[in-house]
Amino acid sequence: MTALRPAPLAVADARPGLLARLATGAARRPWGLYAAIAFVGLLALAAVAPQLLATHDPLALDYPHSLLAPSWTHWFGTDESGRDLYSRVIFGARESLLIGLGAAAVGIVLALVLGSLAALAIKPAAVVIDRFVEILFTFPALLLALLLIAISGPSATTEILAVGLGTAPGYARMIRGQILAAKGSAYVEAATALGHSRARIVLAHILPNALRPLVAVFALSVGQSIVWASSLSFLGLGVAPPSSEWGALLDAGRQYIVQAGWLIVVPGVVIVAVALAATTIGRHLQSHLERGEK
Amino acid sequence: MSVTQAVDDSIDVELDWPVTRLKVEGLRVAFLVGGVRREVVRGVSFDLAPGECVAIVGESGSGKSVTARALVGLAGRSAVVDAEALEIHHADARGFTPQQWRRVRGRDVGFILQDALVSLDPLRTVGAEIVEALRLHRWGTRASRATRVIELLSRVGVPQPETRARQRPDQLSGGLRQRALIASAIALDPDIVIADEPTTALDVTVQAQVLAELEEMKTRGASIILISHDLSVVAQLADQILVMRAGEVLEQGSAVQILGAPVHDYTRALIAAVPTERTRGSRLSPVAVPDAALDAPAPASAHAGPVLEARGLSKAFRTPDGSLTRAVDGVSFHLDAGETLGIVGESGSGKSTTARLVLGLEALDAGTVRLLGQDWSGIPERKRRRLRPRISVVSQDPLSSFDPRWNVERILVDALPRSEYRSPAARKARAVELLGFVGLGVEVLERFPLRLSGGQRQRVAIARALAPRPSVIVLDEAVSALDVTVQAQILDLLVALQASSGVSYLFISHDLGVISHLSDRVLVMKDGVVVESGEPDEIFRRPRHPYTRELIASIPEFDPAAIAERK
Repeated sequence: MTALRPAPLAVADARPGLLARLATGAARRPWGLYAAIAFVGLLALAAVAPQLLATHDPLALDYPHSLLAPSWTHWFGTDESGRDLYSRVIFGARESLLIGLGAAAVGIVLALVLGSLAALAIKPAAVVIDRFVEILFTFPALLLALLLIAISGPSATTEILAVGLGTAPGYARMIRGQILAAKGSAYVEAATALGHSRARIVLAHILPNALRPLVAVFALSVGQSIVWASSLSFLGLGVAPPSSEWGALLDAGRQYIVQAGWLIVVPGVVIVAVALAATTIGRHLQSHLERGEK
Repeated sequence: MSVTQAVDDSIDVELDWPVTRLKVEGLRVAFLVGGVRREVVRGVSFDLAPGECVAIVGESGSGKSVTARALVGLAGRSAVVDAEALEIHHADARGFTPQQWRRVRGRDVGFILQDALVSLDPLRTVGAEIVEALRLHRWGTRASRATRVIELLSRVGVPQPETRARQRPDQLSGGLRQRALIASAIALDPDIVIADEPTTALDVTVQAQVLAELEEMKTRGASIILISHDLSVVAQLADQILVMRAGEVLEQGSAVQILGAPVHDYTRALIAAVPTERTRGSRLSPVAVPDAALDAPAPASAHAGPVLEARGLSKAFRTPDGSLTRAVDGVSFHLDAGETLGIVGESGSGKSTTARLVLGLEALDAGTVRLLGQDWSGIPERKRRRLRPRISVVSQDPLSSFDPRWNVERILVDALPRSEYRSPAARKARAVELLGFVGLGVEVLERFPLRLSGGQRQRVAIARALAPRPSVIVLDEAVSALDVTVQAQILDLLVALQASSGVSYLFISHDLGVISHLSDRVLVMKDGVVVESGEPDEIFRRPRHPYTRELIASIPEFDPAAIAERK
């Protein structure tokens, strides 16, 4: 049905005027993406230089002003010890983001190793790894994470490893599928027919094509990892209380859910917003990469 | 002249004038793309009489399919259809509402779509598909519809229609599917049938059956509009031909006139581009073969004796139900230097598996392949790699055989032997030279295959195949997906490259015309076995095997000289 498609020749003279293009362009401008980038940028600033954004000392105790509702002086209210929640959220950004990034990195790297081996190793080894990944996959991610924390005790490092380990099997299977698809492609066969070595084909064709979507997957994974890490902290299995990591804030606020609901709502909203922003960016990267292919 | 005389004359004219079933005048179709109007059909006019076949011929992008769709109100929502006259059974169809069009389609006009596999509902039996067409137009009762289905299927030549009606499209062969589609299009006995590339993608013997069915419908009085890129198909059926290019009708007239004495250069080129046994040794395309092709490099290694020898090749595949299918069974042949061996066969004949076995991309069950006198099939891949540059491949779909991340320069450079072209500058220079051999300019280097036309892609694929200076190039349906004029250019190029470099071709195709145009010797394959082999003259003039005879009888006769004589 090529006849239905506009012929490339005539497209050149069919370009709409500048005004028309601006008008249609504005309608399609990805405002959601801009908002997500701005939000992530703000958090990145908070992670690097929290003192620039914070209004109070996040650790200064001020018992007379405990459990205050959000106001002009305390934007997000105060907690049971009178600490400013807004400043605590800002100061918690570094740890939360590091845990998210770290866990995503651990998960993807682990998945990369397992997935590539399952797809590319020689037969018996590949089958063993493949089954191992499948067994890991049958465990709920949270259970794998709990297992690791039970063994080595709660800490930021353990949390990173735990979340990474929990999410790795899913990504490993995705990477394996990608590599197998590239391996069976006509361009790999063409390279084989040219007499190229296996290593050269893997490095020049299979991996680059199979791992194209990985940037997007990583962005998606960061958002997901922050949520996972927060759930662990919320269960008291993550970073210990003096820290203002968002999951820990949730955990601490839980006791005052009736008297001071904002203590649990604010960190919760921040976590959801980060996850949404990371997902939005990831999706845009994904569709951009796919369009590049087409 | 008396008044009575004049009246008599006018009555005579009335009686001789055939009834027009369809009248099209100045049909224009435009699409709105991003708010901009773009005309893809500019002024198509013709009349269709009972028992007449009008063929619209053109290459991809000519607007022939859009024209066909516009005639049944299927041009699409973004299309603007405009005509000075568009009459179906003398009713002005220009202002038809979608409801009116729905009533016209099926009842007055049957539409046979190109691809039976995607046009039939995979989850519905073909019987149900045809019943649906009848039911939509409130035809008959439930019981009479069931009998009608059987009647229709047997009319289009489907054997065991009762059984077939209960089967789903995937249980039918391509030919049966196409016939089921025809049956549903003619279910209500429309007297106008539009067939959009009805035989493209069909094997030649099946194509012959479908064409016979259309011919039969025509003799029963149906008017047919045939849309095709294939002149040999059109020559079988058409009374009137419209040649379209880029939305315009270049030439229009009786089939005898258009095929026998074409006026327009494009029509002439189109007719000359059809490869047949008679075109052997002559150019198919007016487009000159690039001069550089005449400097194409000779194969790297000189070797006495056949460059490729296959003995008793056998390969079986396990089907999903666990049984073994012998894809290739005891195939033997040899290929001499500078020779073209054509392998012809229909889908499932094992010709592509043979190509993969020869290329060492598939392991043999039995038999041996020798390349340049050396063992090729019996050695491990590690050792085979050293010999791989001596045999290269061009496939039907070049796009998928290129890494999607790479531009033409990288694709070509990647195929060069690294030991010979050490510096990046030398490699780039060689890539430019290779492009020259296939008639492409330097500007293509930076482009990505996706941005190239089908013909350009196939030229790049040929350039890549030439890069290691092979002794043998396996061409697996290498021109099958191309428009006929582009196919002609590529075939001319292949002939020129072989003449200058002495490379050997193993040319695999389902198209007997292409095979007979190009091959020095021909193998005819069926069900994994070589049923006949020999020189093309021998095979085409005196086929010995009954299958070869059937195959040759199925080729639509296409001899412009003979058509001119009919006149």
